[in-house]
Amino acid sequence: MRPWGSSQDPRHRLCAPSTAKRETSVSVDKVTDADIPVVRVLDADGSYAPNAAAEEYLPLIEALPDGEIEQFYRDMVAIRAIDTQATNLQRQGQLALWPPSRGQEAAQVGSARAARPQDTIFPSYREHVVTRIRGVDPVDIIKLMRGTSNGGWDPTDPRNGNTRIYTLVLGSQTLHATGLAMGLVFDGRCGTGDPDRDEAVMVYYGDGASSQGDVHEAMVFAASYRTPEVFFLQNNHWAISVPVSTQSRVPLVQRGIGYGIPSVRVDGNDVLASYAVTRRALDEARSGDGPRAIEAVTYRMGAHTTSDDPTKYRGSDEEQEWARRDPIARLRAHLEHRGAAGSVFADAEAEAAEAAEDLRVRTLELTSPGPEVIFDHVYTDPHPLMAEQKAWQAQYEASFAAEGQEGHR
Amino acid sequence: MSTIETTAGTSIETMPFSKALNAGLRKAMEDDPRVILMGEDIGALGGVFRVTEHLQRDFGPQRVLDTPLAESGIVGTAIGLAMGGFRPVIEIQFDGFVFPAFDQITTQLAKITARHQGAVSMPVVIRIPYGGHIGAVEHHQESPETYFAHTPGLRVVSPSTPNDAYWMIQEAIASNDPVVFLEPKSRYWPKGEVDLAAPALPLHASRIVRRGSDVTLVGHGAMVSTLLQAAALAEAEGTSCEVVDLRSLSPVDYGPILDSVRSTGRMVYAQEAPGFVSLGSEIAATVMERAFYALEAPVLRVSGYDTPFPPAKLEGVYLPDPDRILEAVDRSLAY
Repeated sequence: MRPWGSSQDPRHRLCAPSTAKRETSVSVDKVTDADIPVVRVLDADGSYAPNAAAEEYLPLIEALPDGEIEQFYRDMVAIRAIDTQATNLQRQGQLALWPPSRGQEAAQVGSARAARPQDTIFPSYREHVVTRIRGVDPVDIIKLMRGTSNGGWDPTDPRNGNTRIYTLVLGSQTLHATGLAMGLVFDGRCGTGDPDRDEAVMVYYGDGASSQGDVHEAMVFAASYRTPEVFFLQNNHWAISVPVSTQSRVPLVQRGIGYGIPSVRVDGNDVLASYAVTRRALDEARSGDGPRAIEAVTYRMGAHTTSDDPTKYRGSDEEQEWARRDPIARLRAHLEHRGAAGSVFADAEAEAAEAAEDLRVRTLELTSPGPEVIFDHVYTDPHPLMAEQKAWQAQYEASFAAEGQEGHR
Repeated sequence: MSTIETTAGTSIETMPFSKALNAGLRKAMEDDPRVILMGEDIGALGGVFRVTEHLQRDFGPQRVLDTPLAESGIVGTAIGLAMGGFRPVIEIQFDGFVFPAFDQITTQLAKITARHQGAVSMPVVIRIPYGGHIGAVEHHQESPETYFAHTPGLRVVSPSTPNDAYWMIQEAIASNDPVVFLEPKSRYWPKGEVDLAAPALPLHASRIVRRGSDVTLVGHGAMVSTLLQAAALAEAEGTSCEVVDLRSLSPVDYGPILDSVRSTGRMVYAQEAPGFVSLGSEIAATVMERAFYALEAPVLRVSGYDTPFPPAKLEGVYLPDPDRILEAVDRSLAY
């Protein structure tokens, strides 16, 4: 008896190697990148050329109005400008750290635009445009990196579009997402057949995090409780300095299959394909059909964070190769092929420049919070030690004023 | 339930600690439909100590979850459930098995409320059977309280009697903060009176459980009964010991401890955990800071040795017993 969700159907639409044969044992050496279909509709030069794996997704893409595709472009251009601005702010000593998202815009925009307002999003810590699309102010991310907050925003505030805050311990958030999604099952908030009401959860993580035990446990729980959940893995090829080949001997999309989670690999630098596979996966999850997994193959064009130096571990030839697959240039070429007006691009650039300048101005206005931030919310209920230490700290500070001295800071 | 004996006409029932916990969990689940239980083997089996016996039968498999065998997964998904408005109560099967969940407990559960500046609460209870005296194999007899008491954002409590078990589990579940709820497993079976009408004390209060005038003995969990045995032996030798049951390990309620020390001038702290950087260290330091002029002798500590918990045949050597406590009492009185 399975009390939760719909009946367990073993006929999951699993992504399997196209050359798979029925064998008594599986040789991992036979499963290579070349064996795994990648859903792609835009070629590297931006021409609309859906491959065989993309066939089933074409109705979703062809239903997209021009305005929506142009919105994808504006999202991508804006976040690249914001990302560049934040990187510069770190270099200028205004931020402790910044994790650049340059190169991953298509995977993030496509997936985020595929979600419905009632869905809940669990980012990792590089999903700057995902959070922006959901309504989070990018300055709230800056607060983390400038050291004025450990959270940044209130995920329960409706303006933030059910977007949970960043999690810096890799993979931890996959379990939180699965737990929240288990609650949706228990509360009957998925699988009713009403797509405007049914909810899903999408959680972002990366190729490095995929090695964490928590990701394994999250997939075990998700499969067991048939959660309405999409695991969105951005394989950006590098976990700081360690290549994805060290994280996995087989394509990462293969992992989901082992848990009984239908999984698909998509070209993460193709925003249309990323949108379509995520839209489908979320719809299926929301409908009560259990979890889905997506591996978006993309590339971290910048450093892991501003503390990193990629020249120590990867060659410029590799970076140049991926620069030729730049997701923004690719979508721009596609829009040009479609005959988009030149103003689309000019307007996007102007909007992006304005967003980046606004980020700079408001970043420099962020000041240190008061010391009450240390004590006031460690616990929800009253706590004697917090009250005692807050009072002590206040009187200690006040003692300098009482002596007519400057504060010791 | 044949193990529960009701005294006619009163709200007092006599039952073992484990049944008191079971009754407390049942009451909490009846009172609040958002309370759910999660753990390994807690459903049909009722838990390896039967603390959750019949609860899945009575509340269903969506409120009493036999989870996959993965402690980090249990705590991590409980965090997500709490974000969704549930009040999860987790059973970790044995003390030594909590560590796969240590990351989720310390980096996530404990910090989420502060990280959100209060916008998100984490009403999660982690029940952990702990401590020795049961002759079990490695990882099944440890006292890991220091790790959790040291972690800001967590509350840590440990009942020592069936009455406290019944009430403190309900109070822990009602708490809007995460509570590590340490159950002294050697006390699961002895019976005691439970007053079903009203709790005697709030969750974070310590309590003087035996009056005395010469030396204050302080401890928690199973050690409280060891301290009471030591006090009875001391009395036969003409020494009057006052015994304080700590009950709450974080925060610590110093009121009754300091009151007692100011009256006796002497204190011995006893615990099963290793002594180095432990709860006993912290409490001894605080008592010396706050009651220095009342002390006739330094605060002394009796602990497990600073070693891994030994093979069970040696636990009698490792664990503080009444004789080791009395040895410390004698040293204190000799000052």
